Amino acid sequence: MGNSVYSPGTLPARLTPDEYEANFSDINPGLSPHEAMVEADRCYFCYDAPCVTACPTGIDIPLFIRQISTGTPRAAAKTIFDSNILGGMCARSCPTENLCEGACVREVAESEPVEIGRLQRFATDTLMDENIHPYMRAHETGKIIAVIGSGPAGLACSHRLAMHGHNVEIIEEKPFLGGLNQTGIATYKTVNDFAQQEVEWLLKIGGIKFQLNKVVKDLEDLHKLTQEYDAVFVGAGLGDVNRLHIGSDKFQEAVTFIEELRLANDYGNIPIGKNVVVIGGGMTAIDAGVQSKLLGSENVTIAYRRSRSDMGASEHEINLALKNGVKLVTNAVPLGMSGDGTDEKLLLGRTEIIDGKIQQTEDMIELPVDQVFMAIGQKLEFDPGSLAIDAGKIVVDSHGRTSVPGIWAGGDCTNLGEDLTVTAVAQGRDAAEDIHRHLSK
Amino acid sequence: MPSLNSTFAGIKSPNPFWLASAPPTDKEYNVSRAFEAGWGGVVWKTLGLDPHIVNVNGPRYGAVWGPDRSLMGLNNIELITDRPLGVNLKEIKSVKRNYPDRAVVVSLMVPCDEESWQGILPQVEETDADGVELNFGCPHGMSERGMGSAVGQVPDYIEMVTRWVKANTRMPVIVKLTPNITDIRYPARAAKKGGADAVSLINTVSSITSVNLDTFSPEPSIDGKGTHGGYCGPAVKPIALNMVAEIARDAETSDLPISGIGGISTWRDATEFLLLGAGNVQVCTAAMAYGFRIVSELQSGLLEWMNDKQFENVTDYQGLAVGNVTDWQNLNLNFVTKARIDQDLCIKCGRCYAVCEDTSHQAIVINSGRTFEVIDEECVACNLCVNVCPVEGCITMEQLQPGMVDERTGQTVDENPLNWTQHPNNVLACTTD
Repeated sequence: MGNSVYSPGTLPARLTPDEYEANFSDINPGLSPHEAMVEADRCYFCYDAPCVTACPTGIDIPLFIRQISTGTPRAAAKTIFDSNILGGMCARSCPTENLCEGACVREVAESEPVEIGRLQRFATDTLMDENIHPYMRAHETGKIIAVIGSGPAGLACSHRLAMHGHNVEIIEEKPFLGGLNQTGIATYKTVNDFAQQEVEWLLKIGGIKFQLNKVVKDLEDLHKLTQEYDAVFVGAGLGDVNRLHIGSDKFQEAVTFIEELRLANDYGNIPIGKNVVVIGGGMTAIDAGVQSKLLGSENVTIAYRRSRSDMGASEHEINLALKNGVKLVTNAVPLGMSGDGTDEKLLLGRTEIIDGKIQQTEDMIELPVDQVFMAIGQKLEFDPGSLAIDAGKIVVDSHGRTSVPGIWAGGDCTNLGEDLTVTAVAQGRDAAEDIHRHLSK
Repeated sequence: MPSLNSTFAGIKSPNPFWLASAPPTDKEYNVSRAFEAGWGGVVWKTLGLDPHIVNVNGPRYGAVWGPDRSLMGLNNIELITDRPLGVNLKEIKSVKRNYPDRAVVVSLMVPCDEESWQGILPQVEETDADGVELNFGCPHGMSERGMGSAVGQVPDYIEMVTRWVKANTRMPVIVKLTPNITDIRYPARAAKKGGADAVSLINTVSSITSVNLDTFSPEPSIDGKGTHGGYCGPAVKPIALNMVAEIARDAETSDLPISGIGGISTWRDATEFLLLGAGNVQVCTAAMAYGFRIVSELQSGLLEWMNDKQFENVTDYQGLAVGNVTDWQNLNLNFVTKARIDQDLCIKCGRCYAVCEDTSHQAIVINSGRTFEVIDEECVACNLCVNVCPVEGCITMEQLQPGMVDERTGQTVDENPLNWTQHPNNVLACTTD
């Protein structure tokens, strides 16, 4: 007999290959043409539509839905890509219930918003499946820009710069492009290696070269780049994580786990605890918790130090976790471990929030645990030196300008980042426009 | 309990809902199913002389869709029955025998000579059918052969043929009118002069529903070519209502029974026709879109409404709206309304704002928090905002009571009506003093 959900310890291959396949299939498959037509008919074509206002990239949503409803999904895709070149990934990963769909007037009217995310995916998939890249480059400007990091901010910036005729050189520390789109999004949201396909599709614009496995570690490196390039854009993301100082080999970083899953060829090779606890309250905690369950963990608990309403994860995501059988323990902060071997337990202290501050009470909780994933936030890996910093992130203005002339930044590494792909895309795009204006002077 | 019993042009039926002469009434099988479902009567699909006509063997229908592909308009290029006369007559007799309480009227279209009519009428009488309907309406195909709307478009022909038919049968004669004319009153008057017991309208409207953007052929396409068809369904209801009202309020035809036809899909549509003077109604497209079962809703809806209004019989309210149809010049210009937006019902789509700002009178303002409000100084009460609002009842037109000031004109609303014939700007108005 092989391993099962009930086998003690942290073990691989708890499920059958068929179960893995079912568990990690597309959580929200694309709409069929018929479904898309029915759904598109629900859009009211609002004036100054709230969905557009709610979209960080400001996609003209009523227009693209009208284009779908009139049988022109390629035109719809172009409308989307005009504002958001990573519209395909955003259609899959955006917390739409907090953004466009949350603002939809049908949400007000019927508690059933137009399924904007799925319609967006229908349009973008239609175009991308045909391998059409709908943009041409302007005449070569002879300028060259260094883009640090190839996540959503870097890719959006690169594409927009290339469109304006500039040359781009992406510097990426990993051996592949895509950043968090490639490694940080739950597997079931982006099946069939979509992130990589999207990068390849995006690069068809031309004029974008890249260097992999190359680290830009500090401001000094950046200064060197400003000598070699006409401008520098930093979209480095948050490469480092916050850690708990509890000495136990059962503790692991949630982002590493999620990345491991995304890059896995065989889910059966990934060991997972019978009892898993995820520490944190954001999207990363949810992704780690749900995927632990899908890998065959019997008991998965997300422990968060504040209340449910304080969690960074959207209500939709929290419900997804609950639906998958993940338990939620709120107002609990990890203190240490007790016991040993397969009898080890995680000790948590009950908290109260007094005047907005967390206070530990005398109540204690013990959770049996084989594996603990920490999802308590990421931080800048890069040493910013004298670059202006706020709460550990690079300060930028609305144009993406940092405190150092010639250096722009965008995405999660900046103070305006929101840990969202779509926000990073907007920042990368807008910085590219500013760089273009600057270089065109 | 109110009764739906109906007597139209002397023809009795258990309810005023008949199926119009059309594909659903072409065969005994269909008509029997219709009667089992509860329809009060049928007008059998138009009979012609043998040898029977032939239909195209490609598509016969074209369509216009609303949101969610709901069928708003249907167009057809089907001709009259393509079965031998004898087969139809035999089936009509059988149906009437099996359903003696239902109305069975036979639609006829034969060449424009008296002999043809003299020939067919006795054969129809043989079936014990309750009456005949003269198809002077079909705008496609048969009209090229001098029948259908080719007759209906010439009042003199209507009168002539009606007279022939009346002279050659004891059955009630209903004349079916085409809307493809400039003024419906002329053909209606002609039918009456010819002795018609009733008119029925409207037949279908000449139409091309769409053009194929790949083949450049009109739809429905027959080997790359198309022809105009007859348009029907919800899209034509307003045209039909107006034509029914025109006949009902015309002094020469106000006593002529009308069978109302055109886009009737629900009990509400049917009731509107009855209020505008129709004695009964005929339905086709709604049945072709949903099947015969809709008649249950037609009956229950009308009964509930009659109960609410305390009407006992269909005749109690027939024509009650006719007196309220008037000419524009008689409308009260001192009746002032303003649009009002119910903020609790508003879902903030902003459609009212977009259309008022772009296409009307700039009478809606967006306030902070995306609330929309009417500017009384600008609102001309056009009603466009009401019509585009997706939420029924959210925007309403509220009357300014006499004594209140219309902020747009600065004038106090007069309690006395004033119409165009009395208006100072009307140079043709009475100027006796």
